[in-house]
Amino acid sequence: MDDGSKMTNTTTSVITKRLLFIVLGMFGFGFAMVPLYDVFCAVTGFNGKTSGRYIINEQMINEQMANEQMVSGQRVSEETEAVAKRTVTVQFLANNNGSMPWDFRAGQRTLTVQPGEMNATEFYARNTTDRTMTAQAIPSVTPFRAAEYLHKTECFCFTQQTLAAGEELSMPLRFILADELPQDVKKLTLSYTLYDVTAQMGAQAVTQKRIAVRN
Amino acid sequence: MNAVIEGQHQADMEEHSHGPDKGIMRWVFTTNHKDIGTLYLWFSFLMFLTGGLLAFGIRAELFQPGLQIIQPELFNQIITMHGLIMVFGAVMPAFVGLANWLVPMMIGAPDMALPRMNNYSFWILPFAFSMLISTFFMEGGAPNYGWTFYAPLSTDYAPPSVTFFIFSIHLMGISSIMGSINIIVTILNMRAPGMTMMNMPLFVWTWLITAYLLILVMPVLAGVVTMMLMDVHFGTAFFNAGGGGDPVLFQHIFWFFGHPEVYIMILPAFGVVSAIIPTFARKRLFGYGSMVYATASIAFLSMIVWAHHMFTVGMPIAGELFFMYATMLIAVPTGVKIFNWVATMWEGSMTFETPMLFAIAFVILFAIGGFSGLMLAIVPADFQYHDTYFVVAHFHYVLVPGSIFAIMAAVYYWLPKWTGNMYDETLGKTHFWLSFIGVNVTFFPQHFVGLAGMPRRIPDYALQFADYNMISSCGAFLFGFSQLVFLFVLIKCIRGGKKATSQVWEGAHGLEWTLASPAPYHSFSAPPQDMTEAHG
Repeated sequence: MDDGSKMTNTTTSVITKRLLFIVLGMFGFGFAMVPLYDVFCAVTGFNGKTSGRYIINEQMINEQMANEQMVSGQRVSEETEAVAKRTVTVQFLANNNGSMPWDFRAGQRTLTVQPGEMNATEFYARNTTDRTMTAQAIPSVTPFRAAEYLHKTECFCFTQQTLAAGEELSMPLRFILADELPQDVKKLTLSYTLYDVTAQMGAQAVTQKRIAVRN
Repeated sequence: MNAVIEGQHQADMEEHSHGPDKGIMRWVFTTNHKDIGTLYLWFSFLMFLTGGLLAFGIRAELFQPGLQIIQPELFNQIITMHGLIMVFGAVMPAFVGLANWLVPMMIGAPDMALPRMNNYSFWILPFAFSMLISTFFMEGGAPNYGWTFYAPLSTDYAPPSVTFFIFSIHLMGISSIMGSINIIVTILNMRAPGMTMMNMPLFVWTWLITAYLLILVMPVLAGVVTMMLMDVHFGTAFFNAGGGGDPVLFQHIFWFFGHPEVYIMILPAFGVVSAIIPTFARKRLFGYGSMVYATASIAFLSMIVWAHHMFTVGMPIAGELFFMYATMLIAVPTGVKIFNWVATMWEGSMTFETPMLFAIAFVILFAIGGFSGLMLAIVPADFQYHDTYFVVAHFHYVLVPGSIFAIMAAVYYWLPKWTGNMYDETLGKTHFWLSFIGVNVTFFPQHFVGLAGMPRRIPDYALQFADYNMISSCGAFLFGFSQLVFLFVLIKCIRGGKKATSQVWEGAHGLEWTLASPAPYHSFSAPPQDMTEAHG
């Protein structure tokens, strides 16, 4: 081989390497779409995904708790009662994914709430099988654009539930609808789908981390 | 550098003889671009017949309402395999085969830049497809989740054969990526002196752009099937909402690959048609530069419109508007191309040999497929059309009389160059007319049943769709059997016939027509000098 053909070969291998680099990069990009998608959905609330646990100032909660009284599962604040505020109907749905055999239902079908108020309700789950199982509930809000205004301070969806055979559990949900909720949203649906994650307990650490970001 | 390459090849010629090896091992070990091109083309033809056989099954079941021949479980497997085999086994390898045969001859190169890799990239395919087709005989049956293999159908609810499916997709991906790298390096690095980029035939241009698309999106496909593999076997939850994943994410990643993929299957067809129409119109191609830019624009736009396949998943209105307008924008460069082809024919002295018939049918029928695509791009309309036979009619119009007619046109056009013999023109035209009628009878009524609400991917349907489905099935059998005419023409042409001249067609321009017919086993050992008619 003389110098000339060597030069051609070098160019060939350089281009080949560059192209292989693009291939590797795009393979990586495919995987990078996973966290990008999570972040995108978390930021925008697209896809009806609600954001993670809403942290409010403890003092704020205590003050509010002191002022609140229970009225049929709904806390109405005295100071805001005076102001005629709009109300929003929140519907609760409980679904089982695929072959999930648990008995899973919402304590109340609907709740009429005022934006800015803390609300509480409960869901019930019963393991109808004869073995210990673990479940994970995944929320979804319709209409989707309401998702970012639904702040959950406590939700059973933040953790997984492990129930022994026949065991029952009452699971609390506390949430605030932000004042900024668009005016035309008069009714929204908060739906939970219960997944059987018993088989995936090995990968729990990873799962928990992603759930924390997502729910 | 010119002299250097020439010198080296002269040295090569003295060292060893230039004929092909004898026997079957010629094909196994070959690194010759023409041999590998031939292998690709025969392989894709075999897959075309296999996928066609599956289509026969589909159309036989849909001949009448009710379940007659095929039970729903098997029907799902058949539609899935029909799609996978036609996309990955028939259309893509056929275009790679054409690229192998033609790109070196068109740019005045002696062979592909990476001949050994070329051999590997072909020989992976038979293994990939044997593995894929073997799933029919496995417990639980073949993949039954559609060629788009949406999770969780392809993860939680998939038959055990999904693992074989995943690895066969990996192999096909590796093959395509190697093939594309080879084509890019060849085009960038092996052009004869004087063959500037803007002097390249459009087939070479469209393939260069297609190859870039392939190396951008095939790795993403490999990524998504790897995620599926991990979900199925290693307890991850990329697409399982219960584990923090999201099935809609699957659709985004899949269509990020899938939409450019449909352009991968059509851009080389544009190149073929841009070669054939000028030849038989006896005029130079109208608007060469605009053709190149239009191809590049289509390739770019194809990367940013993927979510138009997913309008009904529940996207925010801003997303739907973006993807709707971006999709409609593709009609502009595509319109430029159609205009250029028509303008090329304008006032040309046209003759209608078989390749030209296929090319003209391509322009007309691809435009019909394009128009139904525009209808599907309209978000509110798409909510109605989504997952109906209208979609089936749309993508079959762009793939069958689109890609496949272009492949057939290419085969008829270059067959005399490959074999040295003219094919039987009467039989070729018979094949064309049978195919043309068959395709339209098959797919045109599907527009109507789709608009009337017949869902796709079903083995049974409501009675009001019965008549059109029966017509559609008759057309499908006609189209299918007319491919046997094609096979006969091919074999007859290979075995003999009127000797072809070097130029073959009176109006043909391009370096491949300066070679003898059949093209010598090693062409352009010395780079060609005259670039004045490098493209049509």
